[in-house]
Amino acid sequence: MTLHRRSVVSELLRDRGDLLVVAGLGSTSWDITAAGDSPLSFPTWGAMGQAAMIGLGLALAQPKRRVCVVTGDGEMLMGMGSLATIGVQQPKNLTVVVIDNERYGETGMQRTHTAHGVDLAAVAAACRIKNTLTVGKDIGAVREMIYKTEGPNFAAVKVSDEKLPLVLPPKDGVLLKARFRRALLGDSADVLPEER
Amino acid sequence: MQPDWPKDVHKELVGAGVSVVGYVPDAGHKRLIELCHADKSMKAVPLTTEEEGIGLVAGAWLGGEKSVLLMQSSGVGNLINVLGMVKVCRFPLVLVVTMRGERGEFNPWQVPMGENTARVLETMSVAVRQAGDAQTVAGHVHAALGLAYETQGAQAVLIAQQVIGIKSFQEQRNQ
Repeated sequence: MTLHRRSVVSELLRDRGDLLVVAGLGSTSWDITAAGDSPLSFPTWGAMGQAAMIGLGLALAQPKRRVCVVTGDGEMLMGMGSLATIGVQQPKNLTVVVIDNERYGETGMQRTHTAHGVDLAAVAAACRIKNTLTVGKDIGAVREMIYKTEGPNFAAVKVSDEKLPLVLPPKDGVLLKARFRRALLGDSADVLPEER
Repeated sequence: MQPDWPKDVHKELVGAGVSVVGYVPDAGHKRLIELCHADKSMKAVPLTTEEEGIGLVAGAWLGGEKSVLLMQSSGVGNLINVLGMVKVCRFPLVLVVTMRGERGEFNPWQVPMGENTARVLETMSVAVRQAGDAQTVAGHVHAALGLAYETQGAQAVLIAQQVIGIKSFQEQRNQ
């Protein structure tokens, strides 16, 4: 049975508790929004290739919170060096999940490198990401990774290359940033400690 | 006596509460990188490309931590598209850039980006502060940190090549 991206992401983010979520631009930003928008989600609309690094910065700043990056194969391919950077830092609280449809979904469904056999989980393992998986059927192990396994973790979830209706998050970057910081940091989000 | 600018800059970073320092190495940043690695209050993060630093800074700020990025002028060229996120989200950003391609340069491949570093940054809405001598570097970093974090702005301090003083491959290797 082929996996469908919206049901995969909804299942991964079900009962997410205090999980912090970053999404890569395009389809994965729509997927996390379809699963239920949250102030503790940071969907990107640009900066292609940076989702995993935003996740790393967040994981380093919030070592007691679990951080999940949900991104696409094209976005991950553009920032493949960030897997090496994560491998050096070894954040225990970070999981990167690539929703891999082997296509550039926003630009005409062109085949990505993963359609030609490039293996992102193998790249992640070679970059010293502690736990790596590629799944095509059962995503239970990916949920386990996100919520329980000591990281850094990486999962590639193979999904069908369907074209789905857009489910758009807010696109004002200042709003996305400010709501995330307020939800995470409370009152201290808006005024620096030294300015109080 | 020449001021010890890397030590002074490190002191500014500590004073401002910077806890994450992303970098792509440059010979001119060697000592500052070492000081940051040795400082337990900081996480020094080597990057494979300068572009990664923008994601790192954004994520750290979403998580409530201050950061700076250290890089060489050529690396500024690797930032252009992702600086769009800094502008759209108004992420505080401090770049400390050691210049190449200026007076005394021996490598012609450093010149095109060196000649256009300030222009590229300004075009992408990053304010540029030129530190032309060793005495002024820490003061510019102090000002950049203040403006970045108090006004949610993007700031770059360009440290002139004459401050770094590298004039040959041999000198660069001996740093």
